[in-house]
Amino acid sequence: MSFSKIKFDKKIVLSFWIILIALIIAAPTLLPVFRLNLLGRYLSLSIVALGVDLIWGYTGLLSLGQGIFFALGGYCAAMYLQITSSSEFPNNIPEFFALYGVEKLPFFWEPFRSPFFTFFAIWIIPALVAGLIGFLVFRNRIKGVYFSILTQASLLVFFNFFNGQQKLINGTNGLKTDVTQLFGQMVGSESMQRIFFWITSILVIAAWFFAKWVVKGRFGNILIGIRDDEPRVRFTGYNPVIFKTIIFSIAGGLAGISGALYTVQSGIVSPQFMTVPFSIEMVIWVAVGGRGTLLGAILGAVFINYAKSLVSEALPASWMFIQGGLFILVVTALPEGVLGWIQGDGPRNLLQRFGLKRKIETYPSLEVNNNEGNNE
Amino acid sequence: MRGTMNNKDLLNLIDITVSFEGFLALNKLNLNLKKGELRAVIGPNGAGKTTFLDVITGKVKPTKGEVIFKGKSLVGRKEHKIARLGVGRKFQSPRIFENLTVKENLEISVTTPKSPLNLINKSIKDEQLNEIERLMKIVNLAQKVDSKAGSLSHGQKQWLEIAMLVGQKPDLMLVDEPVAGLTDEETDLTADLLKSLSGENTVVVIDHDMEFIRRLDSNVSVLNQGTVLCEGTMETIQKDKKVIDVYLGRPEN
Repeated sequence: MSFSKIKFDKKIVLSFWIILIALIIAAPTLLPVFRLNLLGRYLSLSIVALGVDLIWGYTGLLSLGQGIFFALGGYCAAMYLQITSSSEFPNNIPEFFALYGVEKLPFFWEPFRSPFFTFFAIWIIPALVAGLIGFLVFRNRIKGVYFSILTQASLLVFFNFFNGQQKLINGTNGLKTDVTQLFGQMVGSESMQRIFFWITSILVIAAWFFAKWVVKGRFGNILIGIRDDEPRVRFTGYNPVIFKTIIFSIAGGLAGISGALYTVQSGIVSPQFMTVPFSIEMVIWVAVGGRGTLLGAILGAVFINYAKSLVSEALPASWMFIQGGLFILVVTALPEGVLGWIQGDGPRNLLQRFGLKRKIETYPSLEVNNNEGNNE
Repeated sequence: MRGTMNNKDLLNLIDITVSFEGFLALNKLNLNLKKGELRAVIGPNGAGKTTFLDVITGKVKPTKGEVIFKGKSLVGRKEHKIARLGVGRKFQSPRIFENLTVKENLEISVTTPKSPLNLINKSIKDEQLNEIERLMKIVNLAQKVDSKAGSLSHGQKQWLEIAMLVGQKPDLMLVDEPVAGLTDEETDLTADLLKSLSGENTVVVIDHDMEFIRRLDSNVSVLNQGTVLCEGTMETIQKDKKVIDVYLGRPEN
């Protein structure tokens, strides 16, 4: 099993971009509002998937707690929207506070009056929380399964905290954003949703380029080194703790942006964002799309979620079986994910099986290398 | 043979004891290395050869004793800090990054400073690129620059790891079984390479292969049951009765 970083053909890359940009421009006219909104949501989920790919696909850190950072970003956005739309409610604070007899805004809400603060809080707060959790875990050299369990435990801690704090953040009900105002417009309105779709599309591409920039070159090679042989990286003079903390923090920041975009498009943020299955789903998107491919993470998140909504409409309750089956299929038949399979030797092996391509006699890598560079 | 400090010494191991739940992997081991020295370390299985390297590189903390390198104590320092002080290590089975290319492997080793900011921000320095080219020529991998390290043959992997070690520019090179699985010809080339590195560098070679050790033509330390049994040239240790008993075996008849 190899996580190859095989380069795509230039023509494929170019045609991919043309199709992608055309689709983004055309989507609002092609799709009914309901579908457009769904696509926007799934695109926002692909940003959290990019983060999962960075930490898992490249660095080997299987986090089952990305929901924490996703939800934190969502809460930051929702708090801003609620507080700026609360002028008609008692005490000029969000409506739900009245239900619990709270008359004064809790202190941590105050900075969210500022759009400027919120803009940064959406990604910096999740990144800082991720950095802190990551540093403590990595410094103690907690790895592998123990890391996964620890992140899942942290997720449950956050879930229980947010779920129980009615007086602070409306507990299990979460914070609604669709009836709030942004720049004088209703967030849930059609025109705003279209704008959010554009913003999301642009941010997905930006996040993708950012992730590519992070993993290209020597920094990315160290991440791969940490994934494949961490002690060796140490003995070469690098401190893996710092690298892992940075990448975990980046993934947390991406999750925050993702959560904020998802929240404004789904109309609510609630502790449901921090349930165990949801964070595991994020890992499945990346596993199916292809670990260590970045693009695979985006495609995995969008396609699986779209399939989920289509299947759920046609055959309610059957989605869980399909998702489970898909995961088993990928783990057993395509361990590198769909995109990893396409980029690797997968298509050639398939064609060979049907006699459509010449069989390779020796190790594929040897023959391919010789064919490419005959100058030896 | 007690650890006597000498300012020409690069490394002093003083009364190193490592106990794994009562089992003494190293038992009051003393060893001194001069600057520029080439030293072979041999010993039967379980003599503590790898633990000895683990102690120097910070992987294992000695239960007792002191490791002095360039006048500084290494005990309690983290692995990457020790590596940055100038201790490089080649592992027993080749440990290279198989999913990276030959060049990327060498980049990891020659890059300084080894901080995230330097790596993400700046492109590699020209002198480091030159160094990579020089290393690839030395170990005959110049034509494999962009091949995945995982696709190399076993011998090439061993050599790549040696090149990575050299690229790190350590003052002390610890080389664990560099010729395991190599052909005779490759073994000879490796011996010559290591000999050429000593002088400027201080090199410790651990191996089982007596022919190879003989070819290194260096001082030999024989380890047995976690302690240094005997030290000297190959001729001296071959005549040493204790060494013959535990390791070399008596010649027949």
